[in-house]
Amino acid sequence: MTINDKKGRHETVVPAIELVNISKAFGAVQANKDISIRVMPGTIHGIIGENGAGKSTLMSILYGYYKADKGEIFIKGSQTSIPDSQAAISAGIGMVFQHFKLVQNFTVLENIILGVEDGAMLRPSLAKARKSLTELAKEYELNVDPDANIEDLSVGHQQRVEILKALYRQANILILDEPTGVLTPAEANQLFRILHRLRDEGKTILLITHKLREIMNITETVSVMRRGEIVATVPTSQTSPEALAELMVGRKVLLRVDKKPAKPGAKILDVKNLRVVDEVGIERLKGVDFHVRSGEVLGIAGVAGNGQSELLAVLGGYQKATGTVKINEKPIEVGSASQGQSRRANGLSHVPEDRQQEGLIMEFTAWENSVFGYHHDAGIQNGIFMNNAAIRNEAQAKIERFDIRPPDPRLKARNFSGGNQQKIVLAREIERDPEILLVGQPTRGVDIGAIEFIHRQIMTLRDKGKAVLLVSVELDEVLSLSDRIAVMFDGNIMGERLASETDEKELGLLMAGVKTGTN
Amino acid sequence: MQKIPQWADVVLVPLISLLLAAIISALVIIAIGQDPIEAVKLMVIGALGSTYGWGYTLYYATNFIFTGLAVSVAFHAKLFNIGGEGQAMIGGLGVAIAALYIPWPHWSIALLGCTCSAAIFGALWGYLPAILQAKRGSHIVITTIMFNFIAAGLLNYVLVNVMRPPASMDPATASFPPATHLPTLHDLLMPLGINFSRTTPANITFLIAFLAAVFVWLLIWKTRLGYSIRSFGQSGSAAKYAGINPVKITVITMLISGGLAGMMSINTTMGEAERLILNAPEGAGFIGIAVALMGRSHPLGVVLASLLFGFLYQGGAELAMWMAIPRELIVVIQALVILFTGALDNMVRLPINALLTIIQKSGDAK
Amino acid sequence: MDILNDLITVLNSTLRLSTPLLLACLAGLFSERAGIFDIGLEGKMLCAAFFSGAVAAITGSVWIGLAAGIASSLALSALHGIASITFRGNQLISGVAINFFAAGMTVLVAQSWFKQGGRTPSLTGNGRFNAVELPLAESLKDIPFLGHIYNGLISGHTILVYIALLVVPVTWWILYRTRFGLRLRAVGEAPEAVDTAGISVIHLRFAAVGICGVLCGIAGAYLATGLQAGFVKDMTAGRGYIALAALIFAKWRPWYALMSCLLFGFLQAIALRPDLIEAYLSFKVQVQLLDVLPYILTVIILAGFVGKATPPRAGGEPYVKEQ
Repeated sequence: MTINDKKGRHETVVPAIELVNISKAFGAVQANKDISIRVMPGTIHGIIGENGAGKSTLMSILYGYYKADKGEIFIKGSQTSIPDSQAAISAGIGMVFQHFKLVQNFTVLENIILGVEDGAMLRPSLAKARKSLTELAKEYELNVDPDANIEDLSVGHQQRVEILKALYRQANILILDEPTGVLTPAEANQLFRILHRLRDEGKTILLITHKLREIMNITETVSVMRRGEIVATVPTSQTSPEALAELMVGRKVLLRVDKKPAKPGAKILDVKNLRVVDEVGIERLKGVDFHVRSGEVLGIAGVAGNGQSELLAVLGGYQKATGTVKINEKPIEVGSASQGQSRRANGLSHVPEDRQQEGLIMEFTAWENSVFGYHHDAGIQNGIFMNNAAIRNEAQAKIERFDIRPPDPRLKARNFSGGNQQKIVLAREIERDPEILLVGQPTRGVDIGAIEFIHRQIMTLRDKGKAVLLVSVELDEVLSLSDRIAVMFDGNIMGERLASETDEKELGLLMAGVKTGTN
Repeated sequence: MQKIPQWADVVLVPLISLLLAAIISALVIIAIGQDPIEAVKLMVIGALGSTYGWGYTLYYATNFIFTGLAVSVAFHAKLFNIGGEGQAMIGGLGVAIAALYIPWPHWSIALLGCTCSAAIFGALWGYLPAILQAKRGSHIVITTIMFNFIAAGLLNYVLVNVMRPPASMDPATASFPPATHLPTLHDLLMPLGINFSRTTPANITFLIAFLAAVFVWLLIWKTRLGYSIRSFGQSGSAAKYAGINPVKITVITMLISGGLAGMMSINTTMGEAERLILNAPEGAGFIGIAVALMGRSHPLGVVLASLLFGFLYQGGAELAMWMAIPRELIVVIQALVILFTGALDNMVRLPINALLTIIQKSGDAK
Repeated sequence: MDILNDLITVLNSTLRLSTPLLLACLAGLFSERAGIFDIGLEGKMLCAAFFSGAVAAITGSVWIGLAAGIASSLALSALHGIASITFRGNQLISGVAINFFAAGMTVLVAQSWFKQGGRTPSLTGNGRFNAVELPLAESLKDIPFLGHIYNGLISGHTILVYIALLVVPVTWWILYRTRFGLRLRAVGEAPEAVDTAGISVIHLRFAAVGICGVLCGIAGAYLATGLQAGFVKDMTAGRGYIALAALIFAKWRPWYALMSCLLFGFLQAIALRPDLIEAYLSFKVQVQLLDVLPYILTVIILAGFVGKATPPRAGGEPYVKEQ
């Protein structure tokens, strides 16, 4: 590649990173297939793709966390072997993982020096790190208290520590894996300012994300991954969100859901002054009020960790709370943490946020999972025993109705893809014909084909006159599915808007805790 | 990662683990200057060559079925109950109290009553660690270990200071009244025309152990409670979501587990010694761990593994008697079985996995 | 003066009885702080007790015995490491297996070597660790109180007692003042942080398990060659479990480990002298109660009635890279 320098001469620029034919398989799954990519120094290069497209695997290979099965890596033009993270660090590569790799009960300084201590004694290392931390903080606006324990820091600050860790190791190449997933829009903007600054100082930045908006806003070049392969690398200025989405999925996609006008009826779920204090004494819900009517979707927007999970857990019957919750005008018990069975009896179904940790038993078969939570139902008992044959038959029927693949109820849940796992949960919960459906992150880690199916199922339930409470950190999803939107911040509902009368900007401010106007 | 086929998981892996344990045991025998082939011959003849040998083998196996089932049930809820030994000791106390202080009219009613008493006492000894785990998060492995020692201390106190007949110097209770004496296998098989050895301690408890195995099988795989126990064991967070009360499941599971361990003492205390002595379980509570691991926590596997260990125990006793091999050889074998089927499971599994994948691939290529 | 004498006697045996507990407890501390649970302390101690006793009896040198004890304990540590680190097996099950292995193997080998019913010959002279007279102990012993304590309590133990006491500050220093300690604590809390920082989780954990083996080796050797003169069957008598209890009691911190081991050692010491309790407190205490008191105390601590004992976050879990 050539660029023009000031005097108009052509000069060859060596790519900061060049990957050639990288392949990596996990068992039968080909996570990366013959990937070749060049990243120019001093640029922000985006890598976009659906969940499971292989982005994180590729970056973990570059950082030496995984070993590639084959392929070559060139750093600044010279071939480099990266068998472990130590080698990556020596090659000037730093990585901020999606799930931070910090020691929670260590201080910021201790985390910074871990692995790059000077000598066998700690004191000199700590002193040196303290000094350069002050300098780095000044240079890049990365302020954090060096003596704070990580567990006491906000997520945004923890991310800064991760960036500082990389800079302290003198990284010239910085990889960020889905860095904005846990940030408010304001925090995300701040991060982008930092990234611009780093780029201007000559650092090379690789940004992995599945959010089209981020790619359009801050990258210079973008590579699109689909099913383990790079399908395109283009300058960002020469592409559009629609084009990128099509590349990601491999076909035209509807970014919006068709939505008939809502016909809301009576209040099905009525929540007043709901408060939750967790085991360590932190108040997670600080007096939440809202209601959901029949035939409407109430969307709960907000950055992860602002009380949404606790809200779902309380309504789902497995988290203690105070306050009143009524289903169909009938008060239900919120003061105990084992009400899951009585909730279901009251006509409440729940598609939980985390299907692998909550919604399914991964080691159970699909048919066993098809009654999970409903295993006490009278219809599937045979005296004192469970009627396993009947459960299997019913599971087979559900699998066909929901087009779950492979269509074998005897397979274990872990042998299904993310989208099909979600369909198993959805089939179980929706086919109960609930009065109210709770849905948490319905499309997290699900491919686009399944997303459309899942969204349609939710809208059908609404149109049948049922109440739906949707919790999602994907603002787009909340906007396109909901009739009304409530925004949660720090255990409070910051405000409620009609979906038709609000936009991302207004919701973004609410998500950051800024009150705008009145309800 | 590719999963290995079920037959390999259930049959091949335990067999290879067992083979490894056997090879190392043979090496140990050679190292102490004895002949392993001679030893195996002696063990087979001693344990299986006569109804006398069979009697002891089955007697030991009965103990191990109970304790193995106890550990297995807890394993299904992902609880590691190392307290079988203590629960069996306290179960023995239950047997002794019921047998000594209630005037039973007939052995059959006494058996029923004492079994209940044993189960209740054993269950109670499992209850405390369970409630501490469920309510206070105290690690059940550590608490059950502690409760083994506490049980030993308690039993020591009771036998020395409370239940010992005044004239006796032995830390043991008085002998149980004859109405509580259980029929031996000899008594049971005589009407069928089989002349089973009269001198062995094998008794009707063996059949109760089988019933217990069937009970556990039905419980775990056919009932709602079993479904809840397995759900909770696989994923605590998912169980919570499904409305399964973790405290309740932990406690119920440990009550069942402790009860099963306690029932073991029917065999030793009522069936064999006919009085309660110190250290009646003789380590059977710990062998339950090996048995459960080898039997993959399945009742059928537990019964088979128990028969194997019963054989080893009786054979080991013969070795100690006729060759210069101490009984502790069995403890070493037991350790090796736990090591290979439990802790080093992956070491056995991964190569088999790889091998089967290669075979499968070459099969596909054709 | 009688009270003082009795007190010194009891405290003196407290110190002796605490020593194996302390060494095993600190051994467990290194292992568990690195995220490897170890309920095999008992087995490693027992194995070391046998081999140190046996080799000291054969060679006549206690130091060679000590080395043999440490080596045998290290071998079991390696086994625990291979099972729980390399093959990511269940650490608790591995520990249980090691305890049984040691319990059976020691008797088997003892019988094969010495034919004395599972014990080693009694050690004499250089075959065991003898008391070390601290300087001036003899000449100061007539000074009331302080001299008495110096001579009767502080002086006159075997070298291993002093080593055990020294290991406490050394452990603290390693853990909180050195690079190795930082990494060790990190690997027990967040192995993924250590891994991505370019440090080998496996090496670190093996190192920790190795230190654990050495300390258990010394603890076992002390039992057979210091506290007593030779190995007898099952001579650890649950000390490995008491050490584990002490470790939880101390919430995995070195100075607190010293305190809890001294407490449990004290309980053992007065269990040997129930007459003293009766004489001074004028009530009878059941010996069985004193025997089980450490276990009951540990259960109470574990139940969180006296502050919460939170183990290292990654403890007991094999490290697998997330996908």
